[in-house]
Amino acid sequence: MVTEVLQLIIYGVIYGSIVALGAVGVSLTFGVLRFANFAHGDLMTFGAYMVLAAYVGFALPMWLSVIVALAMTASLAVLIDQTLFRRFRRANPMILLISSFGVGLMVRSLVQIIWGGSTQVYDPGIQFPYQFWGLRIRPDHLIILGGTLVLVVVLHLFLQKTRMGKAMRAMADNPDLARISGINTDRVIIWTWIMGASLAAAAGYFLALDSRLQPDMGWFILLPVFAAAILGGIGKPYGAIAGGFIIGITEELSTLILSPAYKPAVAFALMVAILIFRPTGIFKGAR
Amino acid sequence: MSVLRMDSVYGGYGGADILCGVSLEIGPGEIIAVIGPNGAGKSTAMKAVFGLAKVRQGSIHFMDKNITGLAADRVVQQGISYVPQVDNVFPSLSVEENLDMGAFLRKDDFSAQKRKIYELFPPLAERRTQSAGTLSGGQRQMVAMGRALMLDPKLLLLDEPTAGLSPRYMDQIFAIVRDINSLGISIMMVEQNARQALGLAHRGYVLATGANRFSDTGANLLANEEVARMFLGG
Repeated sequence: MVTEVLQLIIYGVIYGSIVALGAVGVSLTFGVLRFANFAHGDLMTFGAYMVLAAYVGFALPMWLSVIVALAMTASLAVLIDQTLFRRFRRANPMILLISSFGVGLMVRSLVQIIWGGSTQVYDPGIQFPYQFWGLRIRPDHLIILGGTLVLVVVLHLFLQKTRMGKAMRAMADNPDLARISGINTDRVIIWTWIMGASLAAAAGYFLALDSRLQPDMGWFILLPVFAAAILGGIGKPYGAIAGGFIIGITEELSTLILSPAYKPAVAFALMVAILIFRPTGIFKGAR
Repeated sequence: MSVLRMDSVYGGYGGADILCGVSLEIGPGEIIAVIGPNGAGKSTAMKAVFGLAKVRQGSIHFMDKNITGLAADRVVQQGISYVPQVDNVFPSLSVEENLDMGAFLRKDDFSAQKRKIYELFPPLAERRTQSAGTLSGGQRQMVAMGRALMLDPKLLLLDEPTAGLSPRYMDQIFAIVRDINSLGISIMMVEQNARQALGLAHRGYVLATGANRFSDTGANLLANEEVARMFLGG
């Protein structure tokens, strides 16, 4: 029993890493731009497929393929922002939300047109898991855990130590004051997309490593990603990371008493409960 | 040459005019107090200078340069800084980071400016790493003023800097306004605490229903019977 619970917690942390990286992006864009980006899951999908294109299509080494995918996904997000979302800066957030829904559809369809609808993998074949104390973990899982750790540290240093990172936090705090302080808010917005989309691409790559590539993979993980962002207090990137791990572990542990088919419902139930009882998230913030 | 000159400005926020012909002038090194009843357009006049309210007619010049209708982020580049009445700090950022954000436009080393501000506001020096949201009202006001001073502006706009503060902090803030002014920075201050503001200011303007009613030196306005009866509560 203890082994089983520990094994589920390991799976929860792995799944939670993916959800957390996605949720950080949602939280960053919400904090700075004040709208819930429904295309975020599809940015994850796009990132995963860009890795496939570089790794299988151009036969680049995996590490380079991931960097290329991060850069391409960030570019796509900035392109979408500058051509579409930019026109709606002063519009009702609902309009932005609906248009992001449309963007998500377009990205998803684009992926499907280029790579087809069937499932794919980076490396065919079976990976043998490492065994220790009766627990199992696949080499891919170690990549996910290590990669997430590196990205979270990079994000933390960016937000705390760089001028742009501080400006991003400032703009999430008080956009009007940011503007009258002379902060170049257009540049902050572009950097927000770069950071959010890069993390989304990494999350998409990890998601594909954990299971398979599918054009709707990002769309289906959007619910737990949003649940994690809300759990952590939307607009707060650190809360989103914690929220991701809470969602991941809770979903996995729920399989002890529920059918695994109900996993998404667990995330949804957590999100509804938080919205009812602590709408500002589980962490106390300044606001 | 005046630092700031508003010439019969009409405007507001898009609907009916709130400002109906406001004119005022600030000389180098001057403190100007703008007083008047609620809804007189005091804050709106200040926001018009900073590009946050629309100027429909009339003009605003800063150092003889026409800045009428310039957006806020451009006005700040000219050398004017603005401290709003509310929401004037970044609550989740530390005191130090708030000051850094004030210097966002600066590409040079601004550590000397930061030292100067910590000298001006000693309570902030002890709380550099504390987040601004956890500070008292008076200390927040200091952070807000410190942030606005990071660009070393020629003109500082203060929108009711003592609103909601305890009398102890009120006196402290007025004293700081004088200190800032002694650094050679001109100040335009909108105030509800009219007596103290006029006592501090070189000159004052009394606005009512969006237009100038009186303008004189601070001392003369305080001595003016009509002003005292109508706007200073007898």
